[in-house]
Formats: sequence, C-alpha cells, structure tokens
Amino acid sequence: MTAGRRRTVLAAMSGGVDSAVAAARAVDQGHEVVGVHLALSAKPGTLRSGARGCCTVEDAGDARRVADLLGIPFYVWDFSERFAEDVIDTFVDEYAAGRTPNPCVTCNEKIKFAALLDKAMALGFDAVSTGHYARLSFADGVPELRRSADLDKDQSYVLASLTPDQLRHSMFPLGDSHKSEVRAEADRRGLVVAAKPDSHDICFIPNGDTQAFLESRIGANPGTLVDDRTGGVLGEHSGVHQFTVGQRKGLGIEAPAPDGRPRYVLDIEPVSATVTVGSADRLGVTEIDADGAVWPSERELDGPTECVVQVRAHGGTAPAVAESAAGRIRVRLDTQLHGVAPGQTLVLYQPDQHGDLVLGSGKIADTRA
Amino acid sequence: MTYLDHAATTPMVPEAVTALTEALPRVGNASSLHSSGRRARRVVEESRESIAECLGAQPSEVVLTGGGTESDNLAVKGFYWARNAEDPARVRVLASGVEHHAVLDSVQWLAEHAGAEVTWLGVDAYGRVCPETVRHAIEENPDDVSFVTVMWANNEVGTVNPIGEIAAVCAEFDIPLHTDAVQAVGELDIDFAASGATALTLSGHKIGGPFGIGALLLARDSSCVPLLHGGGQEREVRSGTLDVPSAAALAAAVHAGTSRRDEHAREMRALRDRLIAGVRERVPDVVLNGAPVDPSDGTAPARLPGNVHLTFPGCEGDSLLMLLDARGIECSTGSACTAGVAQPSHVLLAMGADSLSARGSLRFSLGHTSTSADVDAVVAEIAGVVQRARRAGVAGARTLEGDAGQGGAPVHRKRDEDVRVRT
Repeated sequence: MTAGRRRTVLAAMSGGVDSAVAAARAVDQGHEVVGVHLALSAKPGTLRSGARGCCTVEDAGDARRVADLLGIPFYVWDFSERFAEDVIDTFVDEYAAGRTPNPCVTCNEKIKFAALLDKAMALGFDAVSTGHYARLSFADGVPELRRSADLDKDQSYVLASLTPDQLRHSMFPLGDSHKSEVRAEADRRGLVVAAKPDSHDICFIPNGDTQAFLESRIGANPGTLVDDRTGGVLGEHSGVHQFTVGQRKGLGIEAPAPDGRPRYVLDIEPVSATVTVGSADRLGVTEIDADGAVWPSERELDGPTECVVQVRAHGGTAPAVAESAAGRIRVRLDTQLHGVAPGQTLVLYQPDQHGDLVLGSGKIADTRA
Repeated sequence: MTYLDHAATTPMVPEAVTALTEALPRVGNASSLHSSGRRARRVVEESRESIAECLGAQPSEVVLTGGGTESDNLAVKGFYWARNAEDPARVRVLASGVEHHAVLDSVQWLAEHAGAEVTWLGVDAYGRVCPETVRHAIEENPDDVSFVTVMWANNEVGTVNPIGEIAAVCAEFDIPLHTDAVQAVGELDIDFAASGATALTLSGHKIGGPFGIGALLLARDSSCVPLLHGGGQEREVRSGTLDVPSAAALAAAVHAGTSRRDEHAREMRALRDRLIAGVRERVPDVVLNGAPVDPSDGTAPARLPGNVHLTFPGCEGDSLLMLLDARGIECSTGSACTAGVAQPSHVLLAMGADSLSARGSLRFSLGHTSTSADVDAVVAEIAGVVQRARRAGVAGARTLEGDAGQGGAPVHRKRDEDVRVRT
C-alpha cells in the first residue's frame, strides 16, 4: 500500500478476530472501508461447532456486529459455487491424483485475491484487506511480501502464490503484529469476537474428518502398498487419497519391516493406485522441481540463488540453491528434507532481518533424493 | 436518502404514530374486568371494527396476530389440521410456487411433518396463478383437497392474482382459500367478503402501521385450529394478551391506507411508470419482470402500483445493491436471505427465468413517502451503476455458469409435480 493515500478498501470479514482487527485498522488508517463476508458454503450451518470453520450464519452475524461497531457498510457475498468448484473440487481432484493440496493456498489464489479482488476492482475498490499475518510493503510500487512479525502465525506461505498485481491491490494490516496483540486490541476496541477461538483445519470439513470427506467424494479406489526395495505387496488400501508422501501413521501394514524401522509413504501412483512405502532414509529429498512459478515481489531468479525453501504450511524449511526457467523452479537442498509432497507449494525466501522476503513460489511437481 | 424498499417495510403513517403513542402509556389488559381493562378492550374492539369496515369483513372475522408470518402460519397449518380432522382423506395442499416463504415453508413443514401432499400451482410468465390452473389441480381429486393458498399480490414482482375468480373456483368445490394480502392492502381495493376468500393475511408494518402486529381475516363459518394456545383471546383461534397500542395503530394505518388508496395508487403508478421509463432510457436492455405497465392485449394481469422489478443482464443483484446503497439509494434484490446471502429468487425461477437472470434483479418499491426526486435519483445513477456492476459481473462470471435449473427454495424439489398452465 502506498502510505498515506486514502483508498476505498473492501475488508474481507470472516467473523473471526483477525479480519475484524484488520478491518478496524484499515478504518483507522483513514481508508473508506466496506466489509464483506464471503458465504462459501451453500448450506451454512446456523451455529458454529467447535473451533472449525468460518462459514456459519453465526460467523456472518459476528462479522456484521463488528462492521456495525466500526460504522462501515456490510454485505454478504455468495461465493459458494465458485468456492465449491475452484477450491473443494480441486482439493478432491488433487488427492485423487495422489497429490497433497493446500486448500488455503487455492482459496487465496482463486477466491480471495482473484474472484473477490476482481469483483472489488470492477466495483471501484482500490484494494482488498484481509486478516492474514504477513508483511507487505512497497518500494517504488514494487511489492515486498515478507513473513509476519509473529512467526508462529506467519501466513506468507499461503500468500506466496499471489502475483505482484494482486499484491498491489492487497492490504494485510496485521503483518507487524503478534496474535496476542491482535486479541488484546480486539478486546480494547470492544469487538464481540475478541475471545473467539482461532479457526483451524479445513473450513469446508467442519468435523475435521478429511478421510471421511474424501471417501464420500472420491469413493473407493483400491490398490496396494508395496515395499520400495523388494517390490513386494505389504497390504491393501481403499484409495490413494488416504496417503500423503512422508506419512507414517495409518498405513495399515501389519507385518513390521525386517529391520524393525518404521515405514513411510515414499511415492503415490494414482493410476494403478500403488502406494510405495519404505524407511525414513529413502524419504529424504535433496532436489525439488516446482511448476507454475510466481514471483510476488518481482524478484525472478537470475541464475542460481541461495535462499531458504519452505515446502508445507508449518515447518519444512531448509537452505537451498534455486534456479528457474520457463515457469519452473528447481531447488537443490543443502541438507535433506523429509515429507516433501507433490501438490504442496514450494516457497523461496530470502532471509532478512526485517522479515524473510518471499522471492517466489511454485507447486511441487517432482522430488529426487 | 432515497428509500425505495417500501415492500420490505414502509414508514409509519402519522395517524398510526399518534394512535400508538397515545395508547402506550395507558394501563389495561383487554381481558381484565375492571374499568382499565374495559377501556383497553374498547380500544381493541373499536380497532377491530375499523379494520373490518375498511376491508369488507365482519369484526368477528378480524383475528389479531403477531404479524404477517404468524397469520400465514395460522391459516396454512390451522386449515390443514382442521380440515384433516374433519376428513382424514383431505391431505392435499394446493399452493402457488411464488408464495412468500411464510406460506411456502409452512406448506413444506406440513409435507414433512403432518403427511400433507403438496400440489404446487404453476404460474405464467407474469407470475400469475390462473383460475384454470387451480381448477385442474382440484379436479385431480376434489375430495382429498385440504385447502388452497394463493397470494393476492406478489411481493417480489408485484403481479396481482385474480383472487375473486380463484375463490369462485374453490367455492364450487367447497374448499377454503387462504390469500396472503400483505402487499395488497392499501395498494389495491380489498373487500374480504366480496373476494370470496376464506382467510386473508395482512401485516402492520407493510402498510404504515407498527411492527409485530398483523391480522388474519378469518371467515366466520371456517374452522381453523390454533397455533398458539392459552387465554384464547382472539376467537379461541389465537391466544396471547392483546397488544392494545399496536391494535389501535394497525387500525389507524389500515384506515389511512384504504381511505387514501385511490389517490395514493394513482401517484404511485405515475412514479412507477416514470421510474421504469427513465431506467429503460438509460439502460435499454433492462427487463421488466411481472406484469407490463400498459397491458396491450388486455389479457395481462395488473401490477402493484408501487412495484418496479427489473433484471439487468450481466449484473449481479448484490453488486447493484451495494453500488446504489453507496449512492444513498436503498432497494432490494427481492429474494430470500439466509445469512444475508442472496439466493436466486424462487419467484423468478417459477416464472421461467434462468438462475443467471434471477440473480441480476432488483426490486424498487415505492410507498407513501416516495417523491419524484427519488425517481430522479435512481434514473441519474442507474447507468453508471449498471456499467460498473456489469464489469464486476464479468469478473465473477464463472460463478454464474452451469447453475441453471438449481432451485434455491424447497418448492423446486417438487417441480415435477407442478401443475403447469395450459397454453
């Protein structure tokens, strides 16, 4: 955001504490703010159950009460069809194809900073504001997307697939704050959502049972679990969607490995529904290929570049050297990373004392030991 | 501020404000026997007589309720239970597919919980229920019909139904007819006795009265099982301590509305037609839903004097609504809401619209405070607003593809059972 300029801002308000404080700060900064709650479920529940989800009527009501208090207009926009198609269907398809998707990345890419942002722009807004924890600044109009000041809450990973143009029309007012400060601020402002529990897990699977959800959407696609060394069949399964590369638990193999070491999922082959398992040392990855490269901070790699990579939303970081060409990224890791799952997002960071800078991202296509 | 959402609620008329505020500080339960009680009872009974006189009913036919929704629920469920108790074969409910949700969902509830079988009455492209549609539906088996419910005028598109003719068909078979006249009172000439309807719903706040009160006009010879049990204050059909100030204010609003009706309707029609013409001039491809303004062939139904319902191709209603709201113009997408989410209107879908155009619609509804300045404000802004909403519609276009035919309202689950209009 260009400092000081008054903009018309669409504040996405989930009904949670983060987006509420983000909207409040946008108002304080002098922007003209309109609150919008995205209805992402065609059949929203009436009341929230547990800490999951953000799409009930109660959540929309919470967002409305925050907007009332801030004195800003508030609307509910229905994105449920688009969400079902772009996020939920993609999530299911990716699992069915043996990959491990991150639906929050997809939602940011396709809904919040695409469908919503496009609509907002067309309606005359300058920017969309959200409660994401990431730092966004501009140097001569070039965005710099960085990790949040609160490293536990940092969401730069799920924003790393945004383009510079999308970022130029985005605001993350919480980037410099810690979650505890945000909660305290919500309380101080008298927002009804100050004590609301954090939402986690996947919003469209309210009971948290991802396996049952996938089962109901994909159905059974039985296959075998095979040993990576001997090629022998170790067991059977009812569908590849139950597995993620690096997974150890719930493999359903009765016989222990001859050497007594735990087995992990090494590879998933969706057509034959073959899941290859083996010991941890076979899981290590030193080379990752990702496609669909995006350079949020306009820092497309110019030759081999030292950086830190992150391969999943929480943890999974390692120093590496990255190169890119024709929309693909190849990284060579200094040390092995475990549990690098195709379908997840690869994010390249340049370490920086003011918050690691997001250089680029891509979707993990292939890995090598 | 340009308030063009009078069909949602309209400001209280001064007569109603006076009646309400005069009655508010006075003590007295209308059921009490002492003089305060008698005074309160007198206010209620005079109000009842006034309402009855204005609407062509007997005073004993005016059952005061908590509003339009309660009146609809009472008629729908009360008729069903009463008629079913008299003859268990009477399980069939005939309801139009364009009813307000207070009727639709009550009917749906009967189907799900009380063994009712629903015959959804189809509508023509204007949104009108034709008497012949009712006749054919009854003739499928007159003996199993519990009752018929058809609204007097549609709240979304403003189409006026031929209630007298429909009532005549029902009378031939001795079947009760309920009509939701929430939008019609004060706008159209309503004579309950002459209409032949068995029950008629009206609501206070839609006609310049207070919120939280309405009435069901219930013919003396009809039987209706109560929803609310207790003191039996209203003809043993409705219990609850009578709301004396609201009853007085409701009567004042009904009186004001009916006595000024002709002049009011003439003014509304003039503003309405100017609004439609002005929007058409600025946005040539706009579509007017419901009855035409000037029926050329004489076979089209009438339109509520204050209703303007338009589809703006390529736009989403929520975009239009927000842009107009930002310019101080208040209107409605005219559709049912859960969590404030606009669903494609079941009324437009029943009229044959695809869900894409059903989502690109706006309702402007004029009322007793509307002026030509309100019309001018809309006409001045509409072109820019539509242009902008169209760009946004394109931006979100994929949202709208491939969903044609998916009904939002429960009624559409039973589309195969529709009784279609014979052409």
